[in-house]
Amino acid sequence: MFDLETILTAIAPEVLLAAAGLLGVTIGAFLGDRFNSLSFKFGALVLFAAAALAGYYWEGGRAFDGLVETSSYANFAKVVSFASGGIALLMAEGFLRRHETLRYEYSLLIIFAALGMGMILSSADFMTLYLGVETLSLSSYVLASFHRDSPRSAEAGLKYFVLGALASGLLLYGMSLVYGFSGSTSYEVVAEAETSMGLLFGMVLMITGLAFKVSAAPMHVWTPDVYEGSPSPVVAFFATAPKMASMVVFAIVMFTAFPQAMAFDNWQIIIALIAAASMIIGSFGALPQTNLKRLLGYSSIANMGYALVAVAAGVQYGAGSLLIFMTAYVIASLGLFGGVLSMRREGGMVENINELAGLVRRQPGLASALTLLLISVSGFPLAFGFLGKLAVIEAGIDAGLVPLIIVLILSSVIAMYYYLRIVKIMWFDEQAEDFEPVDGWVTTTVYVSALVSVALLIFVAPFSDLAATVAEGLLS
Amino acid sequence: MDFPILSAVTFLPLAGAILILLIKALTGAQIKADGTEDDRVMYAGLLFSVATFIVSIVMFLSFDLTGKGYQLVEEVTWFEGIQYKMGIDGMSLLLIMLTTLLTPIALIASIGSIKKRLTEYIVSFLVLETFMIGVFSALDLILFYVFFEAGLIPMFIIIGVWGGVDRIYASFKFFLYTLLGSLFMLAAVVYMYLTAGTSDVAQLEQYAFDPGAQTWLWLAFFASFAVKLPMWPVHTWLPDAHVQAPTAGSVILAAVLLKMGGYGLLRFSLPMFPDASVLFQPFVFFLSVVAIVYASLVAWRQTDMKKLIAYSSVAHMGFVTLGIFSFTEIGVQGAIFQMLSHGLISGALFLIVGVVYDRMHTRDIAAYGGLVHRMPVYATLFMLFTMANVGLPGTSGFVGEILTMVGAFQANTWAAAGAALGVIFSAVYMLTLYRRTVFGEITNPELENIEDVNIKELICLIPLAIGTILLGILPSLIFDITRESSLHALAQVAGG
Repeated sequence: MFDLETILTAIAPEVLLAAAGLLGVTIGAFLGDRFNSLSFKFGALVLFAAAALAGYYWEGGRAFDGLVETSSYANFAKVVSFASGGIALLMAEGFLRRHETLRYEYSLLIIFAALGMGMILSSADFMTLYLGVETLSLSSYVLASFHRDSPRSAEAGLKYFVLGALASGLLLYGMSLVYGFSGSTSYEVVAEAETSMGLLFGMVLMITGLAFKVSAAPMHVWTPDVYEGSPSPVVAFFATAPKMASMVVFAIVMFTAFPQAMAFDNWQIIIALIAAASMIIGSFGALPQTNLKRLLGYSSIANMGYALVAVAAGVQYGAGSLLIFMTAYVIASLGLFGGVLSMRREGGMVENINELAGLVRRQPGLASALTLLLISVSGFPLAFGFLGKLAVIEAGIDAGLVPLIIVLILSSVIAMYYYLRIVKIMWFDEQAEDFEPVDGWVTTTVYVSALVSVALLIFVAPFSDLAATVAEGLLS
Repeated sequence: MDFPILSAVTFLPLAGAILILLIKALTGAQIKADGTEDDRVMYAGLLFSVATFIVSIVMFLSFDLTGKGYQLVEEVTWFEGIQYKMGIDGMSLLLIMLTTLLTPIALIASIGSIKKRLTEYIVSFLVLETFMIGVFSALDLILFYVFFEAGLIPMFIIIGVWGGVDRIYASFKFFLYTLLGSLFMLAAVVYMYLTAGTSDVAQLEQYAFDPGAQTWLWLAFFASFAVKLPMWPVHTWLPDAHVQAPTAGSVILAAVLLKMGGYGLLRFSLPMFPDASVLFQPFVFFLSVVAIVYASLVAWRQTDMKKLIAYSSVAHMGFVTLGIFSFTEIGVQGAIFQMLSHGLISGALFLIVGVVYDRMHTRDIAAYGGLVHRMPVYATLFMLFTMANVGLPGTSGFVGEILTMVGAFQANTWAAAGAALGVIFSAVYMLTLYRRTVFGEITNPELENIEDVNIKELICLIPLAIGTILLGILPSLIFDITRESSLHALAQVAGG
């Protein structure tokens, strides 16, 4: 039965995104290059509108005979993902214009990627999940190689595609096994099914596929290469919106499709191991890096490890913590990649961390903001990231995962070393040459995300209450 | 609601720092061609730190010295049952006074000696002051943790930017060492919050954790406080940090930051984990005595003046832990007294070293000798603080050492005997230092024209000298204020 109201309550943002994406393609076909610049404002507007729609239909709903079900938990992630995607899109325009690759396809690809994110967050069935994952992934592959004239960008796209296709294959194979042993692709039915060896086998393969999407170890190998090779604004996007969406989807799939005691015991240990491996590899891997994007790539692996601690803690303890942690991470990452985009000299981008030398003398505001963001992403007190890490530790201890918390503590100290190294370069080292001025969106993003990171440390109460409430909704 | 004077004291320096940054941003950079900055920044910073000191005196006057429990309490909900809760008792009041007194002194000591990046320097000190005061007044564990950790950043920058040759190594070591200990404490704090359902200090004191959990929690807290104090064998960051830090940084580090460890043990470890504290008493005694004896011996062999005083700090902090874990009123009173006294004396000693360092640009003991011929006033002040550090009766150093030893004697004779050995050693290394730098003939020709202490340095040193003697003669001034805190810290251990 076709009921518009039901569909809208469930997937209004996705309807908007799909319509806008198709409209954009049409406009582009007619206007051609004249649409290039406009398309970025159009895309950002659409993404912000989608975020607003997710907020408007906060309670969500169910549609298409249970293929789609949106909870307020998913809507929380949608708001953050769409909004951060919109900001990443705004930051991209100046960069692409300078590199003469300002094309409207970029914004459309981001819109379609956002559509994929919305679909996976709303999915209640493996079929929709897979379709969403592929929509997101295919857009991402193209975005990674958007600078098709640059060998690095092409290489990044190809690597991402080959490995991503493998991961999708594993995911699909896992789904088919789960389907085979439970008789359905619906989360609900799978959750009720008897836990058999075949089901667990399928579940493990699904975890493998999903772990690739969130770049958790040992499926992380693509991350540093793709981060280094892709155009910087694309990385700013990869590090924020899809990370938020994929991680929350990872949690939702685990929480709602495999809640049975026996399955839970199995996936908890697997995810705990993945989390530990990610934290260790992420923090040690970043130590020798001198390329800022690569370093942030490893840092994101470590941070996904922290997030997975919350997932491993299970729905009761970890669901709310995951949202707080991921939001803090996304806010800080947006600003940090704004910093990466600010590193422009003599017409080109520089990416070596030593280029930041003495930044505090040249641009004290930018240096202070970046310092605050590094503090936030490292989980040190003074910024919102601390509360994210606090929430994760809380979840881990509540669930009795003490060894995992010890790994988290040790890896945080190691990670602190390389964040401090950047602070050291900015504050202690002799001044390098000035950066060229960048466009307003980038600078604004850096400052605003730094300010928001500090403000949310102090005025976190409404936010954490909200996260707790939506997590509560997931329990019932 | 009353005027939140405690928050005012805490955040006034931070407000000053923000204001200075704003003014600087609005008036544009005022960096001259030779890289120096407008001196007015220094005076603005001084203005705010002195204002903070004055407000803290007002707070002192509004504090009921005979009252029990926490006073001037302020409570605002932060999130999920965690509160912004501030309040002080006698012990924290005095530590706050120590902080607000020493920050302006540290800034005055920096006039003229810090030339590059003055604004950042001033701002770092003001921000650091806010966090230090916050540590001593937070009554919520999570809030305490935030202040406790946050102070690392400004200190990291102070050492790393204005430090000596190996400043980068020293600043990283300082930061990562402390962070590792603190994160274990954070995990323990979270566990306590989840178990007891609150992170309110006053309520957690009443909550009895089961002895098994107490052991682990105590160890986690101890990991953090032992690094901060620092206790042997996790003290190795301190000599590096002290040697590399600028004079004012060393002063604050020795005088205030080290006290956070002792404060933490008294405020949290003893009242919240009484069983574990009793269990670990021999362990702490062992570490304290080793620290006292070992650090004294190491101090004796130093050729760098600052390093010598840094090791002497490790030894003196050994007395603090000894006193705290004697679980006697006299020992705990002595420990608090020793913390305050050491704050004055070690701060002064680092200033004393700074005086000659500014003139000669070396801290090598061998480069000095015969200073008394050229710097009589300096020699007198140096003598006073040397004697105070040795623990001469009539100075504050004596009172702290004797009381902690009396307390320790009641608990463990051998520990007290070992500590007494440290008193002898302290005379050995301090007098050796004094003899080699001040007495004798001038052997280094560069010392011929060295000038005596100037007005600026006197302004820094005189208040500390007065404090040292005053506390030495009238220690009851302090004891009356800290008695309730001591009894409070001991209530659970002695009663349980």
